[in-house]
Amino acid sequence: MAAEGGLKVAELSEQEQVQGEELRRRIRDLLGRSLHIRHVDSGSCNGCDFEMSTLTNPVYDVQRFGIDFVASPRHADMLMVTGGVTRHLEQAVQKTYDATAEPKLVLAVGTCACGGGIVGQSYASRGGVDQLLPVTVYIPGCPPRPQALIEGILMAIDRCDHQRMPDKE
Amino acid sequence: MEKNRRLFISRLKQTLTGKYLSVDEISEQETEFLVWKNQLPEVCRLLLEQRGGRLFTMVGGDERSWTGTLALYYVFAFDKTQQFVTVKTLVSEEEPTFPSLAAEFPAFNWYEREVKDLLGLRPQGHPDPRPLTLHGDWPEEIHPLRKEFPADEWVARVESREAFMRYQGQDVTEIPVGPIHAGIIEPGHFRFGAVGDTVLHLDARLFYTHRGLEKISEGQPLAKALFIAERICGVCALSHAVAYAQAVETAAATEVPLRARYLRSLFLEVERLYNHIGDVGNACAGFGLAVGISQGARLREQLLQLNERVSGHRYLRGIVALGGMRSDLSAAEFADILHTLNRVEAEFQEIAEIILSHDIAINRMHNTGVLTLQQAVDLAVVGVAARASGRDIDVRRDQPYAAYDRLKFSVPVYPEGDVLARIRVRIDEVTQSCHIVRQVLAQIEPGPVCCELPAIAPHRRGIGWVESSKGETVHWLLVGADEMVDRYRVRSATFSNWPAVPLTVPGNIVPDFPLINKSFELCYACCDR
Repeated sequence: MAAEGGLKVAELSEQEQVQGEELRRRIRDLLGRSLHIRHVDSGSCNGCDFEMSTLTNPVYDVQRFGIDFVASPRHADMLMVTGGVTRHLEQAVQKTYDATAEPKLVLAVGTCACGGGIVGQSYASRGGVDQLLPVTVYIPGCPPRPQALIEGILMAIDRCDHQRMPDKE
Repeated sequence: MEKNRRLFISRLKQTLTGKYLSVDEISEQETEFLVWKNQLPEVCRLLLEQRGGRLFTMVGGDERSWTGTLALYYVFAFDKTQQFVTVKTLVSEEEPTFPSLAAEFPAFNWYEREVKDLLGLRPQGHPDPRPLTLHGDWPEEIHPLRKEFPADEWVARVESREAFMRYQGQDVTEIPVGPIHAGIIEPGHFRFGAVGDTVLHLDARLFYTHRGLEKISEGQPLAKALFIAERICGVCALSHAVAYAQAVETAAATEVPLRARYLRSLFLEVERLYNHIGDVGNACAGFGLAVGISQGARLREQLLQLNERVSGHRYLRGIVALGGMRSDLSAAEFADILHTLNRVEAEFQEIAEIILSHDIAINRMHNTGVLTLQQAVDLAVVGVAARASGRDIDVRRDQPYAAYDRLKFSVPVYPEGDVLARIRVRIDEVTQSCHIVRQVLAQIEPGPVCCELPAIAPHRRGIGWVESSKGETVHWLLVGADEMVDRYRVRSATFSNWPAVPLTVPGNIVPDFPLINKSFELCYACCDR
């Protein structure tokens, strides 16, 4: 029973369209061109990871507002970290942060990344991401919905004003 | 049923005459044989080779506080009679060793390494001495699942004992990948030995997301551990919740109301649907077919939004209760499920056709990443991967739970064992899942959705299992004093299947690895816990 004319493409509401344009404008203003994000799984249950991956699906499609997920921290302005930091990932998380380009925005994505969540601190886990890295924005939720993730990205962009900015132009 | 069961147990006793110390009925479906540890290999061999059992899970526990020893439980499933046989052996603190079966039956490999890491029980004659669940910089003599070890103790790192295969040929290039990968995916480290573009050998190091969930659940009230079970994995959240609830309900010898069983089947199929549809779409990322990726992700999102509308949570967390379900569904919600499913199913068929008729897609998937039936049986591979290699197992049919004994469905099996077969199994299972959901909607009758569980005496046990979208997932629970968790072992489908992945890669080119990996679609969090 697919619609005539084949598979459909999702549409944004007018409000989402306006917010999206605002986001694109702010990103251009602050970072010169686009916002590049590197994902780091620091020990999540993968719920937050899968919600993050919805951001590029045709429904949320943040890429059209100048946001992209990149393969290397060296290309990234922002890290989105999911999960409390496990013992086995502590070193990888630190190395990723060290390799990230300025302004090194860090989003703690989900309840575990925010404060350790149900695991807390254990023999296998350090707890929240701020045990290791300076966090720009905390996005609670188990997992946070895609809308909350977008909101968190917007807040981080806002806070970016007050941080040391890379030279523009 | 009862007669068959008596017959089954008496035949087993005959087979094992003189090889066990005592026999005990744990539940209606589980019989336990206590054996000396030197009898272990022979008893396991008889159950596997002569009686047609298959390894279901293996659990180590620290029971010194009430029996004075540590213990090992080997659980075997007998699908024909729908029975489980547990072989238990005691291991003393002074002599913490047991005979390894890994060289003879590779499926035991990881279980044995894990009890060595976490409990300090050493498998004698194990072919792979490397650490597994705890990485190499964890001190060898500290074992977190020993009761005296506090769950929140941080242990200083030691020099790493980690080792990978050394390649000696001049032309072999070593390619390390991960644990942080290029996409939005979970962490694991892969070490390829490649000659040119062709993979010669692959080593995988996992357990990066080991969070110690089994340890932190110990001493928690049974109801609270349900929250931990739901957080083992994001996309298998419901499967884990149901498997855990079933383990508790078995320990309480309680059957949940029929309506709750139907609702569990319904939501478990919806969980399978959003995973399978997303996974089929995502497999297209392995060969750059963007339309498949986007449309798969779009349909998956529609199912997640359906989940939120009818359950309040996109990943179905918080809907299962011990004894049934937390809440019921209204007629309008049932209608919403049916309407959404009809639309998603039709559109998915269209995408599946596009993928399966695309020359490049078929070319990349056909004969890529082959897992043979022999390998699948030897490693006790489960789920989609098993069925795509001709291993015809599905616990929904073989050991029915929830309402599956009242639902009709077929189990797709393909013999080829390649990426294409794994994708075909998922595509066929989408049709079956929709079929199951429609039957639930037609059959379900009004009634209570939850019942109160009676008090559970200390040292009662229960096993719960679910065929998650990845495969058979087994939760083993030992209840302690005051209805607290004493020992909780989660054997996810991915714990069974991960050891198979490295076997399927040699001979393929390096760029095919992401595709092979996606075709298995194994959650790391499920495996690592």
